[in-house]
Amino acid sequence: MKLLGDLSIPLIIAFVMTYALIQGTDVFPAMISGAKDGLKTVFGIIPALITLLPCIYMLRASGALDALCGLLRPLLSSLGIPSETVPLMLIRPLSGSGALAVGSDIIRNSGADSLVGRCAAVMLGSTETTFYVIAVYFGAAGIKKSRHAVPAALIADLTGFLAAAFFVRLFWG
Amino acid sequence: MLLNLIIVMLSVISLVYGSLSGNLSAVSVAAVKGAEAAVSLGVGICGMICLWSGIMELMKCSGLSGKLSRLLRPLLGRLFPTAAKDADTMDALSSNVSANLLGLGNAATPAGIRAAVGLKRLSGMDTASDELCLLVVMNTASIQLLPTTVASLRATFGAVSPLDILPAVWLTSLLSVSAGIASAKLFEHFSHP
Repeated sequence: MKLLGDLSIPLIIAFVMTYALIQGTDVFPAMISGAKDGLKTVFGIIPALITLLPCIYMLRASGALDALCGLLRPLLSSLGIPSETVPLMLIRPLSGSGALAVGSDIIRNSGADSLVGRCAAVMLGSTETTFYVIAVYFGAAGIKKSRHAVPAALIADLTGFLAAAFFVRLFWG
Repeated sequence: MLLNLIIVMLSVISLVYGSLSGNLSAVSVAAVKGAEAAVSLGVGICGMICLWSGIMELMKCSGLSGKLSRLLRPLLGRLFPTAAKDADTMDALSSNVSANLLGLGNAATPAGIRAAVGLKRLSGMDTASDELCLLVVMNTASIQLLPTTVASLRATFGAVSPLDILPAVWLTSLLSVSAGIASAKLFEHFSHP
């Protein structure tokens, strides 16, 4: 598992660059132009993080976050989900930057290589901002009745949260 | 917007709960620390996000994502039989899925919207068709092969091997997308257009 993790980054960089060169792509300028897009993305995220992180840090410091997690612990532990990930599961379908802020708070607080930290990372990496996606797609297509899209999407999210907790326990528990 | 309500609630709860539990000084420190952490987090993940954006741009320019998109077409034709009859819609649909797989968020959304508009045109209704619901569900479940933002987040907080979560991410994504597709296919029999 560690080998796969260590291998993936250098392998992908080398493969994509080599493939692009063979195809006759101007590799360096393309990388630069992509990196510029990346800077724009980060500049877009930082103001949202500055708004969201103080609220999340305050909630944790007030003790309310621990109280909420403690309240839900019996229910969640029977499903194998660490209760520290409750705030992440609540915000994940609603806001991408919110999920990034909450996820970073959990990973910082529990440690990146802890069970809870890994679980939060897998949840974050294998789910999407469900309600935002639904609003964008149906809005753009001019759809008035969404039928079963919302329940089916939420079932996918729920499955993702349960599976994340399960596989993290299986591999590192 | 729901997010407005959420941040207001978070700050009010922090104030009230912090006062009652005697943690008010910690709450006050936390507000400052949170703003500080937001900037250092943004700076921390910036390099990695820019590097991956570069690699993604290269995937696009070199035609790698187009190649994947063509490979996916036969499989997607089975899931989307109506779309398969329309070349433009099918093209947008397969670009959307391949861009999602490669993590090309900037390319995935426009292609997905083109596919959604195409599917609506094919159905001719204001109500979402079975295939449009399926497209949306597949986009709400992440199918990204390389979760680069999460990897940079883990690296920032000192993970020994930031991408060692890959197998868990893949298995989890596979299960959640399958659950989404299965429920969409099941529910379409109960919710009539």
